[in-house]
Amino acid sequence: MTGFIESVLRGLGNGSVYALLALGFVIIYKATKVISFAQPSLMLAGAVAVSYLAELTGFYLAVPLAALLIAGLALGIERVAIRPMVGRPVFVVAIITLGIDVVVRVVVNGFIGRDVRQMGDPWGFEQVSLGPLVVQERWLAMLGVTAVLVALLFAFFRFTRYGLAMRAAAYDQETALAQGVSVGAVFALSWGLAGFLAAIAGMFVGTGQGVEQLTWIIALKALPAIILGGLDSLGGAVVGGLTIGVVESLFQSYQGDVAPWLGQNFAVVSPYVVMLLVLLVRPYGLFGTREVERV
Amino acid sequence: MTDLRQTPAIPTGRSRRPRGRPLLYTSYAQDMALLDTPAKRVWTLVLIVLAFLLSAVLQDRSLEVLAGAYALAIGAIGLNLVAGYAGQISLGHAFFVAIGAYTAAALSGPPDGRNLGFGLAEIWIWLPAAGLVAAAAGVLVAPLAARLRGLYLAVVTLGLVFLGEHVFKEWDHLTGGPGVGRQAAVPELFGTRLDQDGLLGTREQSLYLVMLVLLIVFALAARNLARSRVGRAFAAIRDRDIAAEVIGVPLTRYKVLAFGASSFYAGIAGGLLYTITGFVEPGSFSLLLSVQFIAMVLIGGVATVSGSIMGALFIVLIQPLTRSLPALVPVISSDTTATPNVFQVETVLYGLLIILFLVFEPRGLYGIWIRVRTYWKSWPFSY
Repeated sequence: MTGFIESVLRGLGNGSVYALLALGFVIIYKATKVISFAQPSLMLAGAVAVSYLAELTGFYLAVPLAALLIAGLALGIERVAIRPMVGRPVFVVAIITLGIDVVVRVVVNGFIGRDVRQMGDPWGFEQVSLGPLVVQERWLAMLGVTAVLVALLFAFFRFTRYGLAMRAAAYDQETALAQGVSVGAVFALSWGLAGFLAAIAGMFVGTGQGVEQLTWIIALKALPAIILGGLDSLGGAVVGGLTIGVVESLFQSYQGDVAPWLGQNFAVVSPYVVMLLVLLVRPYGLFGTREVERV
Repeated sequence: MTDLRQTPAIPTGRSRRPRGRPLLYTSYAQDMALLDTPAKRVWTLVLIVLAFLLSAVLQDRSLEVLAGAYALAIGAIGLNLVAGYAGQISLGHAFFVAIGAYTAAALSGPPDGRNLGFGLAEIWIWLPAAGLVAAAAGVLVAPLAARLRGLYLAVVTLGLVFLGEHVFKEWDHLTGGPGVGRQAAVPELFGTRLDQDGLLGTREQSLYLVMLVLLIVFALAARNLARSRVGRAFAAIRDRDIAAEVIGVPLTRYKVLAFGASSFYAGIAGGLLYTITGFVEPGSFSLLLSVQFIAMVLIGGVATVSGSIMGALFIVLIQPLTRSLPALVPVISSDTTATPNVFQVETVLYGLLIILFLVFEPRGLYGIWIRVRTYWKSWPFSY
């Protein structure tokens, strides 16, 4: 039983990283109706920025600095490559983000090189006992930081002017424009927020095992999470991210004994299986809005 | 009571055009013809003859590269059928290519070898089989895909690539496992190996000719499909799926058909592609391959067959160019451990080209060609 709870806790830790990434996807989707495939590269860039800055300023200062840096990078990308595409089909913009992802990742890979870069984080693989449970400190740190960030984010959307503007623009762009909301600023802000969250997620992905060129694949697990939760639901992104994390962790712990015929490392692809199963039942995810179509 | 009024007969057969008016259509059949103007007929023929002549002129290495490009072009035409004509964005093309490659490899492989094999090396057995098995997989996925639209579909098909990659890495009796791989399909026609020096010339020459003939066949078939009832239904679904349903296009049936046809082409491409290197490795069917196909379609021209071929040639022929960069620009190294190296430049180039084409020339190379053509056709009236 303790094994099971430990596995769930590990899943929640990893899942909160997916949730951060998924929130970035959903924020951009709500504002621009586009899935930004550039998130993996922003995550990787965040992790690398932390690893370099930590050598200069120490880890705790490096994290917010790197997050702001990546938010700035995301703002730049939005201004240069995404804003001119307003009004084009969403698919075109999505493919452009795919192109951006490839470009940014290659540049970032240049900073990584062949070796694994360490984050300089205080957690590493250290373990801590909670009663009978033994869990890694970093899972708890991930869960805690994500909880705080999610609370802040929801408060931002609920109580601030800009949060209101973003919700208005997501609800109806034209009406929001008519009310004086700067939709351009909303686009920029959504990319900035997504970049910020991706950088934090990247830092957490890099804790312990460090960051290498192939780390970006992890960010793609946020895609099943957003499909699971529904593309336009912030709450859904958090629930989806945590679910995906737990499912993956449970598969990692038990699939080898229960269903060895699924092959080694099945846990890595289990999020996609969950996604396919959910879509069979609910094509718009658990919390997504069902589109009403008119010709 | 019979109606005695005579309605003027609409000419249906292929009637002749008046002299000197090559763009005048006098019958429906003329308007719908595969190659609808004399200029197109002549130049297509010239291009095909030239392509055949190339096999005698070019060096073996270049022929090998071009043969690969033709095989990829078949795959790109397939992706264009589903993504360009029917508007269903699929990032899962690599998955269907993989199914084709492994079906072909397994059927033609030796039955007593290390990997699964059935010893049916005849190309007319394994090539259709590769297409059909991939098409079956496409049809299996389609009901799920038919419920989804736009970006939901893109993400789901992305998931398909990851699942496929896992299956192919694990099922090492079929695939040889990651890093090991297996022998690819052996092209044999009535007992003659086509991947050895023989009747058609050297190994490269005969492979080139096989790919060229198959590309012509499949390109014609795709063009024919696109101008038929099915193609029009695809276009209607792409432009507005609900409107299409309202005017009586059965959505699910045509989406399934689009996925099936696209996967068939992908399977054929997969079966052919690896006969050139003679070797398949499960790691090669990754997201990058899907992105390359997307790049071919977008760079070449969405919803055009000739565009897909141009796109595939462009993507393949850009490689020798970038490989020669280190000689010209000393900063770029050809060593994979150094940065910036040619492979990184190449990857960045894919990304940048996709972005640049989408921003500046959304109709791709085909659009550039149309512009050049219109310029000369209307010269000196350049408006």
